[in-house]
Amino acid sequence: MTNVVRETDLGERLRNLSAGAAIALRLDPQNYADNYLLALNATIRDVGADPNAHTIYVSVTNPASLVWTIAQALDISPDRISFVDAISHIMMEFRNPLANATYLESPRMLENLMLRVEYLLRKHSEKRNIVILDSVNSLAIHNPPALLSEFFHILINNLKARRVLTVLLATADETTTTIDQILSLVVDETIDVRVEGEEL
Amino acid sequence: MPESAAVPSPPASTVRARCRTGIEGLDNILEGGIPKGNTVLVAGSVGTGKTTLTLEFLIRGAEVGERSLFLSVTEASEKLLENMRSFEFFQPGLLASGQLTLIDVPVVYAKLGLTHEELGIDEIDALLQTISRLLVETRAQRVVIDSITSLGYRIKREERIRDFMLRLSQMLSQHGCTTLLVSEIGPLPGRYSLHGVEEVVVDGVVLLGNVRRQGDILRVLQVIKMRGTSHSRAQYVVEMTPIGLLLAPHLKGARAEDD
Repeated sequence: MTNVVRETDLGERLRNLSAGAAIALRLDPQNYADNYLLALNATIRDVGADPNAHTIYVSVTNPASLVWTIAQALDISPDRISFVDAISHIMMEFRNPLANATYLESPRMLENLMLRVEYLLRKHSEKRNIVILDSVNSLAIHNPPALLSEFFHILINNLKARRVLTVLLATADETTTTIDQILSLVVDETIDVRVEGEEL
Repeated sequence: MPESAAVPSPPASTVRARCRTGIEGLDNILEGGIPKGNTVLVAGSVGTGKTTLTLEFLIRGAEVGERSLFLSVTEASEKLLENMRSFEFFQPGLLASGQLTLIDVPVVYAKLGLTHEELGIDEIDALLQTISRLLVETRAQRVVIDSITSLGYRIKREERIRDFMLRLSQMLSQHGCTTLLVSEIGPLPGRYSLHGVEEVVVDGVVLLGNVRRQGDILRVLQVIKMRGTSHSRAQYVVEMTPIGLLLAPHLKGARAEDD
């Protein structure tokens, strides 16, 4: 199922999702920065506003340090968000590791990525965890479709069984048929995200 | 699963008591843990996590009240202690209370005067008697020897290694110990020990290895054999974390892509 939501609705929509839901946020590449910020506002700020919430942000597109800068601007404290960064090493951007991040050498090590998420879930087991994966497209650059399908199938079903809210970020014009097929198999809903004023 | 395909569970009386390794993923693979009293070869090449796995096995055991003994042939106990401290759950008090004991085997060699490069029959006897005495003194229920390969280097002759392995295995079993023997191997397929006799004598083989994926290395674990239990024979990827070893299925889509 695909829905289109505007900025003002998104945070509310996500807050009302049931535990264990898995959704894809498909970002319009036009005004990508605005759409990305909208998605972060709705996820790490709005959903993460629950006093018992903890966000696990899997960063494959931008280094965790960049996302953390945005999170700080949104007044997120470091004990409320952890990162699994699978991109800094291959971008040669591994100079100042964050205390609240764990770094993976390569986005091809998908099993290790799952296990880093597992580690953080266990570390924060008393919290209501939210997993954000940024992004499906970036993982698809580094991994073949068969591998990616299996990865998402295992990861998402595991998170669903543990009643963890999962948000997958994807970019609309880059989503190939294969990625769409993968998403349709594992997520409950795909939401097309556009900022206010953009044509729907 | 259709009802006709279901495999009936064995009667409760025939199910062997388990020694839970405390490594959740491995216990799941083994349907609850290693059958108590088994001697298991933990085989792998360098950097595959053999020592880390065995240390966690002992610490987890000591934590639940099972006395645990580490016989270290290759690494000094100070270095092992450093490795143990990387686990968040490690409590130094386990060593102070005698719940967990580390013994440097080279110190044992020196005390026994085993200075020859190749151990003779009498010296092998003395070594086995000393190990037996240590098992009694520490009342060990879990034992690790790291590595059995290094002990074999000092015995050299294959027939003596076989005899030593048989006697060691019997002795450990008689003492009721569940034992992990670390075996250092090269990347040869189908071999789980340097001398080729160790895997024949033991009750189980856990193989650790490295798998390459487009140049990246994944650590993997597979249970090759384990007497006394049915077990998964699938391959798993291992991640070493401060909360212990974590296991995930090695993605099959990946396998076709592995180098």
